[in-house]
Amino acid sequence: MNETAFGANDLDRFRATFFEECAELIADMEARLADVATHTVDAEELNAIFRAVHSIKAGAGAFGLKQLVSFSHGLEALLDCLRDGRIVQDDRISHVLVRAGDVLAALVDAAQGRGALPDNFGADIADEIEALLGDGKRGSVPMPTAAPLPVLSVTGPATGQHRYTIRFRPLAELFRHANEPLLLIREMKRIGTLTTRCDASALPALDALEPEDAYLAWTFELVTDQPLATVTEIFEFVDSDCALDIEQLEPAAAVTASTAAAAETPAAERQIPGPGHLDATNHQPNAHLTPAPTAVAKQPATGRSGSANASIRVDLARIDRLVNTVGELVITQSMLTQQLLEQGGIGTAILRGHEDLSQLTRELQECVMAIRMQPVKSVFQRMPRLVREIAAKLGKEVELVMSGEQTEVDKTVIEELADPLTHMIRNAIDHGIEDPETRRAERKPKVGRIELSAAHVGSNILIHVADDGAGIRRDRLLKKAIEKGIVPPNADLLDSEIDELLFAPGFSTAAVVTDVSGRGVGMDVVRRNVNALGGRIQVQSTPGRGTRFTLVIPLTLAVLDGMAVAVGAERYILPLTSIIESIRPDMRHIRELTGGGQVAAIRGEYVRLIHLSKIFNVPDAITEPWKGLVVLVETAAGGKIGIVVDELIGQQQVVIKSLRENFDAVPGISGATILGTGRVALIIDIEQLPTLGDRRTRQRCDDGSSVAGTRDRPSSAERPTGAVAPPLAATG
Amino acid sequence: MGSPQDQSNSTSTAASAIAAAGEPPNRMLQFISFRVGDQQFATDIMAVREIKGWTDTTTLPNQQEYLLGVLNLRGTIVPIYDLRCRFGLGLTTASRSHVVIIVSVLDRMIGLLVDAVSDIITVSSSEIRPVPEMERATNTEYLRGLISVGDSMVVLLSLETLFSQSPQMDTSTLAA
Repeated sequence: MNETAFGANDLDRFRATFFEECAELIADMEARLADVATHTVDAEELNAIFRAVHSIKAGAGAFGLKQLVSFSHGLEALLDCLRDGRIVQDDRISHVLVRAGDVLAALVDAAQGRGALPDNFGADIADEIEALLGDGKRGSVPMPTAAPLPVLSVTGPATGQHRYTIRFRPLAELFRHANEPLLLIREMKRIGTLTTRCDASALPALDALEPEDAYLAWTFELVTDQPLATVTEIFEFVDSDCALDIEQLEPAAAVTASTAAAAETPAAERQIPGPGHLDATNHQPNAHLTPAPTAVAKQPATGRSGSANASIRVDLARIDRLVNTVGELVITQSMLTQQLLEQGGIGTAILRGHEDLSQLTRELQECVMAIRMQPVKSVFQRMPRLVREIAAKLGKEVELVMSGEQTEVDKTVIEELADPLTHMIRNAIDHGIEDPETRRAERKPKVGRIELSAAHVGSNILIHVADDGAGIRRDRLLKKAIEKGIVPPNADLLDSEIDELLFAPGFSTAAVVTDVSGRGVGMDVVRRNVNALGGRIQVQSTPGRGTRFTLVIPLTLAVLDGMAVAVGAERYILPLTSIIESIRPDMRHIRELTGGGQVAAIRGEYVRLIHLSKIFNVPDAITEPWKGLVVLVETAAGGKIGIVVDELIGQQQVVIKSLRENFDAVPGISGATILGTGRVALIIDIEQLPTLGDRRTRQRCDDGSSVAGTRDRPSSAERPTGAVAPPLAATG
Repeated sequence: MGSPQDQSNSTSTAASAIAAAGEPPNRMLQFISFRVGDQQFATDIMAVREIKGWTDTTTLPNQQEYLLGVLNLRGTIVPIYDLRCRFGLGLTTASRSHVVIIVSVLDRMIGLLVDAVSDIITVSSSEIRPVPEMERATNTEYLRGLISVGDSMVVLLSLETLFSQSPQMDTSTLAA
């Protein structure tokens, strides 16, 4: 590589890529370390963790991140010892591994400029690793930045030498992963005397040559004093991208590479070829075309099955563009359909072709949406570390049980989930789980338990955060709410209403405001975040038994399952997830309240009616609910309201467009979409409707007449007019 | 006022001047002029993204009267303002012959409903005359200057201030 060709931009980009990779590697490592306390890590896992640490170290070295390099180096040495059995995993090691993982993650964050760390951060762990390594009968490990070993100028087999036959056939992937056989050859040359034969028999004629394919294979005879493991290690990073067969000729027993992660590998010999070595072998590709007699072992790629679910990294902005464009395509397509139908007299062939097109477009849209879907694992994975840190800080013992990590949700949603989840888990440990003494006194298990689970429900994701702590202390909550003037002093509230107070702005219930939570950012922010995602959050709590938060969030922010409704000449979209049913009420079940409000008795329950035509000032709309329709919806707070519209037009999936891009937030409207006609339709924000209605009612009269004041015969006269998709029973 | 096309023969000559870097005192500037009622207005050509015929909009609830609603511009939702109404001359009865000028203002795309687009005017910055002080009742904040074209006057609009007075917009953030 010509390094001078890299501008500052390139460097920034490499840096960004490095940190992106780090995040993935750390996530992977954390997942593998998650149950290290209870399980012995097997060889494959150790290898994976080792590779992660090694990659981080290599990248950190390239960017001059010294603290990261030295820490990962120590950790790497420890992993290496574990890997080849010089150190056996015990509780102490498990503990060190977990902590070291945390330190490494923190160091990477710090290197990225997210939060500064003291210079000696992680020194205790590093010392501990050092001590463990001492136990593993190896002293300090040389730093990787040390000068390369002197090139051995051994001319012939000396005593104590091993002979290896290495058959190496790179696959095209090897080149695609930016590996270079020449470097491997140099590496082998450095540790011993190398005889190389190149097999170019697979090389096609020039016109058939695919420049990005791999055609050459090599057979090497290596004479070195190094053990087999060292030789294997040279191929460590390419072993899934090539057919490799390493045979040890002396001693007689031929051992294959995979089975012989041999006993006494020193950790030090692993190194990256320095750029100074240009004494290349002659065996450049197509240097000489003598076919090698040795048949190359047709051994499939061993070890990691990584290439099975190969993935590529794509800039999110590109995907967004793709999603948008496909969204446009869908709209254009349905506009076309509408026009075709309006014209009439179209031949069946055209119609059929059009139908196919329509189907393909939808399939395409689904595929594109699927690209953005990712398992929630990436967020869940961060939580064990959080729990450990907070529990340690608060002197509590907490166990985190996670399930449904594979549940997929749109990438943008995932990113927005991190903060609310972090906050809720922090709260659960701080306010929910009791300290060990209290728990013992309550005859609960000493270790508190937090459950974090995810599941799909319809087009939503359902997330539970449950703890087995003390539950909501309602008396304290109510007292505080009265102190803060959130509720009047003599308020008589239901338990569920008191629980709802948790979400009131500026609330912190902990008796002592701690370092961990209670810094003024409360559950109100969580609810706001969740609502911003088009989701809902609810809480259930049993005193002494624990608290459970339930989040219902749409899988994607890009599309919405909606119900198109007509009000006058306007078309609005109601989010389908909020709709319970739609009915045409009997005239006798509608009551006007003094003050301008209107309620409907629906199956014995009084539901407040909100006329879209009134709050949005739509002319020529139906004003009598019994002539139009009432769409019964559920708000995030769990209340029900009836939205009066002229008629239902139909259920459809709509692409959500932001109004705020070019305009300001409009009360009662959460966004817009484009209908098949090309016209814009507004998406109703159900949560805001009651407040809009209130404002208008209050203007007329400030008489707060209560709903319970009117009595009506409960009836069964409502005629359901096409029940829509079942509402998700958010909390069971 | 006669046919707008006849008004300026100095048009479209120094087109390249607009691209000149730096700020020489007598920079050549280009504006798009358009007609609302019998008055001529102009706005910076660099802000104009597109000019299209009128199509029906979707009404946004509870907004200023001069906000006609939003329309779909190839997947982007763009609010459309009635300039006539904004100037207090009553609502335009929009027809197919009316024109919407899509402009970019403060990183937002908005549409302006006008009667017709007239011309491209190229003038040097020194030819833009300041708006004389008016009595306080007259709101002149959105007037950037006056340009004489032939024997008629074109009012140069400052779109940034023109729409910063809607109650939804936080004027303090737009002051900058």
